[in-house]
Amino acid sequence: MDTQITLRVDGADHPLTVDTRTTLLDALRERLRITSPKKGCDHGQCGACTVLLDGRRVNSCLVLAVTVDDAEVITSDGLAAGGEHPLHRAFLDNDAFQCGYCTPGQVCSAAGVLAEARAGWPSTVTDDLTADEVDLTDDEIRDRMSGNLCRCAAYAHIVLAVAAVAEAEGVRR
Amino acid sequence: MREFRYERAADPASAVALLAAEPEGAFLGGGTNLVDLMKLGVATPDVLVDVRRLTSAEVAELPDGGLRIGAAVPNADLAADRRVRERFPVLSQALLAGASGQLRNRATTGGNLLQRTRCSYFTDVTRPCNKRSPGSGCGALQGVHRNHAVLGQTLEGPATCVATHPSDMAVALAALDAVIRVLGPDGEREVPMAELHRLPGDDATRDTTLRHGELVTAIDLPPLGMPSRYRKVRDRASFAFALVSIAAAVRVADGVVDDVRLAFGGVAHKPWRATTAEDALRGRPATEESFAAAADAELAAATPLRDNAFKVPLARNLVVRTLLQLTEGAR
Amino acid sequence: MTTVDRLVGAGVERIDGPAKVRGTAPYAYEQDPGEPICSVAVVQSTVNRGRITRLDPTAAEAMPGVLAVLTPANAPRLGEGLASDLPVLQSLDVHYQGQIVAAVVAESSEIAKAAVGAVAVEYAAHEPDVVLSTDRPDLYAPPQLMAGYETDSVIGDVEGALAAAAVTVDATYETPTQHNNPIEMHTSMARWDGDRLTLWDANQGPHNIVNDLMTAFGLERGQVRVISPYVGGAFGSKAFTHPNQILAAMAAKVVGRTVVFELTRQQMFCLVGHRTPTIQRVRLGADAEGRLTAISHEVVEHTSRISEFAEQTATPTRVLYAAPHRRTTHRLARLDVPPPTIMRAPGETPGMFALESAMDELAHSLGIDPVELRVRNEPERDPERDVPWSSRNLVACLRTGAERFGWAGRDLRPGVREDGRWLVGTGVAAATYPARRRKAECRITGHGDGRWTVEIDGSDIGTGAWTALTQISADALGVGLGAVELRIGDSDLPFAGGAGGSTGLASWGSAIVLTAREVRRQLDERYGGQLPADGIVVKGEVPGPSPHAEQYSMHAFGAHFVEVRVDRDTGEVRLPRASSVYAAGTIVNARTARSQFLGGFSMGVSMALHEGTIADERLGHYVNHDLAEYHVATNADIGDIDIHWLDEDDPYVNELGIKGIGEIGITGAAAAVANAYWHATGLRVRDLPITPDKYFRALGQG
Ligand SMILES: Cc1cc2nc3c(=O)[nH]c(=O)nc-3n(C[C@H](O)[C@H](O)[C@H](O)COP(=O)(O)OP(=O)(O)OC[C@H]3O[C@@H](n4cnc5c(N)ncnc54)[C@H](O)[C@@H]3O)c2cc1C
Ligand code: SF4
Ligand code: FES
Ligand code: FES
Repeated sequence: MDTQITLRVDGADHPLTVDTRTTLLDALRERLRITSPKKGCDHGQCGACTVLLDGRRVNSCLVLAVTVDDAEVITSDGLAAGGEHPLHRAFLDNDAFQCGYCTPGQVCSAAGVLAEARAGWPSTVTDDLTADEVDLTDDEIRDRMSGNLCRCAAYAHIVLAVAAVAEAEGVRR
Repeated sequence: MREFRYERAADPASAVALLAAEPEGAFLGGGTNLVDLMKLGVATPDVLVDVRRLTSAEVAELPDGGLRIGAAVPNADLAADRRVRERFPVLSQALLAGASGQLRNRATTGGNLLQRTRCSYFTDVTRPCNKRSPGSGCGALQGVHRNHAVLGQTLEGPATCVATHPSDMAVALAALDAVIRVLGPDGEREVPMAELHRLPGDDATRDTTLRHGELVTAIDLPPLGMPSRYRKVRDRASFAFALVSIAAAVRVADGVVDDVRLAFGGVAHKPWRATTAEDALRGRPATEESFAAAADAELAAATPLRDNAFKVPLARNLVVRTLLQLTEGAR
Repeated sequence: MTTVDRLVGAGVERIDGPAKVRGTAPYAYEQDPGEPICSVAVVQSTVNRGRITRLDPTAAEAMPGVLAVLTPANAPRLGEGLASDLPVLQSLDVHYQGQIVAAVVAESSEIAKAAVGAVAVEYAAHEPDVVLSTDRPDLYAPPQLMAGYETDSVIGDVEGALAAAAVTVDATYETPTQHNNPIEMHTSMARWDGDRLTLWDANQGPHNIVNDLMTAFGLERGQVRVISPYVGGAFGSKAFTHPNQILAAMAAKVVGRTVVFELTRQQMFCLVGHRTPTIQRVRLGADAEGRLTAISHEVVEHTSRISEFAEQTATPTRVLYAAPHRRTTHRLARLDVPPPTIMRAPGETPGMFALESAMDELAHSLGIDPVELRVRNEPERDPERDVPWSSRNLVACLRTGAERFGWAGRDLRPGVREDGRWLVGTGVAAATYPARRRKAECRITGHGDGRWTVEIDGSDIGTGAWTALTQISADALGVGLGAVELRIGDSDLPFAGGAGGSTGLASWGSAIVLTAREVRRQLDERYGGQLPADGIVVKGEVPGPSPHAEQYSMHAFGAHFVEVRVDRDTGEVRLPRASSVYAAGTIVNARTARSQFLGGFSMGVSMALHEGTIADERLGHYVNHDLAEYHVATNADIGDIDIHWLDEDDPYVNELGIKGIGEIGITGAAAAVANAYWHATGLRVRDLPITPDKYFRALGQG
């Protein structure tokens, strides 16, 4: 069933017609040809499609496009709108990828992780749930980034990259 | 995926009214389970009524010191809620042990509660499955079932089903005696958590006792007043469903178990409230021996399948370990 | 020409990096074909072996937006000579579950996927035969193994030596079916312009794909172009043509439009290959000092009914340790499974798990430190070919790794270290992978303004080839990095074999070096060393294997040291730290090489603890066919990994002394983990993956 929506992606409005069945990921990739978010499973299992939706990281493959026509979508490409993003620099510095296919999703997820840590959100490895602030230790980064599979297994370097940005931006470690 | 109409409603009552008129329609929360199942052809609604932002997205205080969680509260926000972290850490921990950061951001409390089993015969429409297609047989019973149920299964007949309920959050809610607030075509009702999910019994297709068109609006948590904890064992360190998990709360006075709550995940078609173990523990000394004896009493009813007998000692060890941790210092 | 600092060896940042982190590097589906793209979705067989008895596409054809439904009845006939499962939709016979039996082409992916469900298919089918065992009467010896290895090797009298040995080990190890699962799913976008075909495709070597497309569609060289500059991982599954490329081209031809066929993750489990399961019996005999007298490694594995893929599983056993009496054998069963294919270090990966586990068991029986045991059995020469090593530094890797890891003083006893409820252990295993070189051609164009274009159909599947080949080119031409424009991943470029067998850089790099030499020679002879104003074009090639390959045995070596923690109550396994040391010839780019070693090793950890595809024995299908059920390691599963390599100068392997690093990291890694697991718990798990249920099984509790 075709529906008119407007997607706001990386700061630009895109009016488009989608099938109600179209996911946000397919609307971006197949209709708008915005291909920074990748498809690695289409079922929420890999994280390659991660974008920031109203500032929160989500799997765009499980979001129906019709449900987000009033939302703001930011992709990894959009993060670089104002020049090289610190996460991009850190991923390059630490060679935190190989094939690069999971990478835009990792970057968006990392942006989410940093915001969530700043907000004091705990994770499953947080010892003291009642602490006001979290320390974004390596183990915290590992768990928080685990929704993004990397078959090239750049994990150890991804941890370094996220840690570098956390340190530079004064997120507690 | 089957074609469907997408609807938004002005308020919960109109959403309920909308769906009441659509026998094949469904509510859409975050969609992280429903959209997944629609892609697989397992769920085939012809109308989706979007309720993701319809019910409350707030966690509110109740007069008795409990909390009321709006059905629209995202899993991530619920896990991070200060009051939940302080008063009901078992719930925070259960949520944080589930899925991934991205999924928890999108998933809602209502949707999490009603997510369907991950049994891979259920999610593959080309396989026999009594839950999806009653009478077609249970593919898992003689098939691949290492991560299936050991308690409360239906092991013969057309409702044979050995699936587990996948939600971590629901296990914590079972231990917390949560009450589910539901709005249906006939008005509001309250469903105690213990009565929400069901065993396959004689109808494997139904996961819960909710009727078509009933909307979960909120979940009430009565005050707990005991230390609590969630522990999940899975095949990898993160981003995997439970092999076995446990939600536990216990209060010890003078070395004796005063009150205790225990629920298992990953062992049954519903979050398994371990009432036999609880009964065996109340009034007993808080020792490793009584914890083990209580676990054994609960698990005596287990009927493991060919390849999942490991869940029994695993569940037992989790009981003992978690209760020992919770009672450290009080023993 | 000006001299510049040598770039080979430097940790140059990836030149394709900025586009990759932003997500703007165009992978197959992301290329612009110049017109709207239609979608292909496929109907797959739900039986393993049999015949289609009814196939009714009418309901699907009637759906709005459906452009065509291809079936064996109406699909265009393909050329003769396509192997394995490449004759897509050419017959009603079914050879494996998941085989493509019909395909829908539609205006959108939503429509195509919905229409698939509307195609009705019925089959007459045999019971599936998918279980590998060592007592199958139909096990057979294939004529040869992958990569041309001999099926068996026998030296001396193994049985006699085992009978006479002071200490023996006799153990059987099993590895499950595994799936490559690159995160980019196999995707092919096809467009025909008259009788010319363009395929934007996810593969490891465009030339490999072109050949099959020529056969399938009766095309001449030059009529097919396969474009693949960016590939989202491969690990072997994208090395050869699979049905998807053929089908995409066929569908585009039928509808006369550009089409894309992007596999679903579930389809990745049957249409693009897998690693065979293995059952491996290893017997070792040694004298009381731990010197091996006999090594026997007998492998049973599977292949499909329509292809013979004989994984070279016991081949590392032919090179790793000295022993006068030795035997390796490989036997296959033809099962109703999809065609297996190569997956990262085929042969070495499963084979080294068995051999290096058995060495650990032997060390324990002897009461000898497992590092020492390996050192004592270091062969002077290749123990089976009886030729010298081009270079071999396994002992140095073991010693250096032991040092970096803090191995000294390790308590040999298993199951005695506790940290709270964690049982703690450490383990070691060797790594090895052959160093090979393959034929490759190259074209270098010098532009009058001092810029250079280097063209070769190499491929970067994440290896860092974009960067490393640019470095090699710049060094070979004696210019700075910025002066070189590299072009790879396009079958219109000069021929090169794909990225595989860790031969990429060795072969392509050598071709570039040789071609650049020719450039210098021509410049010197004809232009007085100066680049002429109208430029110069030079073609060159590397003909194939190293000329020294007959006289020398060429292998990279390494050693892994890991710490493993096992929860005493739950059997959960964690890997907090590891050290891996390699001696793998010249390291061209320190930054990307580290990632290669790290990625290989981490994939080995994933293999040890998580990976395994499970077939339903009665229904015949792969049950855990997605990334929620087929577990690969997540970020949280990988601890602190120390990667190190030794300087190694090998004059024989190739022009650059490169041994190849894409695969060695995974070899031996699973054994190191399993050995550490044993050291932690005292429990020897000989069938991977080591999941918590196996802990209870080993304890006799389930
Ligand atoms: C890869 C992956 C891994 C996961 N891992 C875990 C895990 O480890 N542990 C875990 O617990 N969960 C896990 N999940 C499941 C996840 O928690 C659920 O998908 C999520 O909680 C569902 O919430 P939702 O709002 O997205 O529900 P939806 O998908 O929107 O809905 C789910 C069901 O609930 C119904 N529904 C939704 N809201 C309401 C309402 N208010 N009233 C009545 N009915 C309603 C829908 O009709 C549907 O039937 C995982 C999911 C994925 C995809
Ligand atoms: S266990 Fe239940 S859900 Fe799974 S196949 Fe059997 S009936 Fe279906
Ligand atoms: S594509 Fe969305 S999580 Fe994999
Ligand atoms: S970089 Fe290849 S999958 Fe992560």
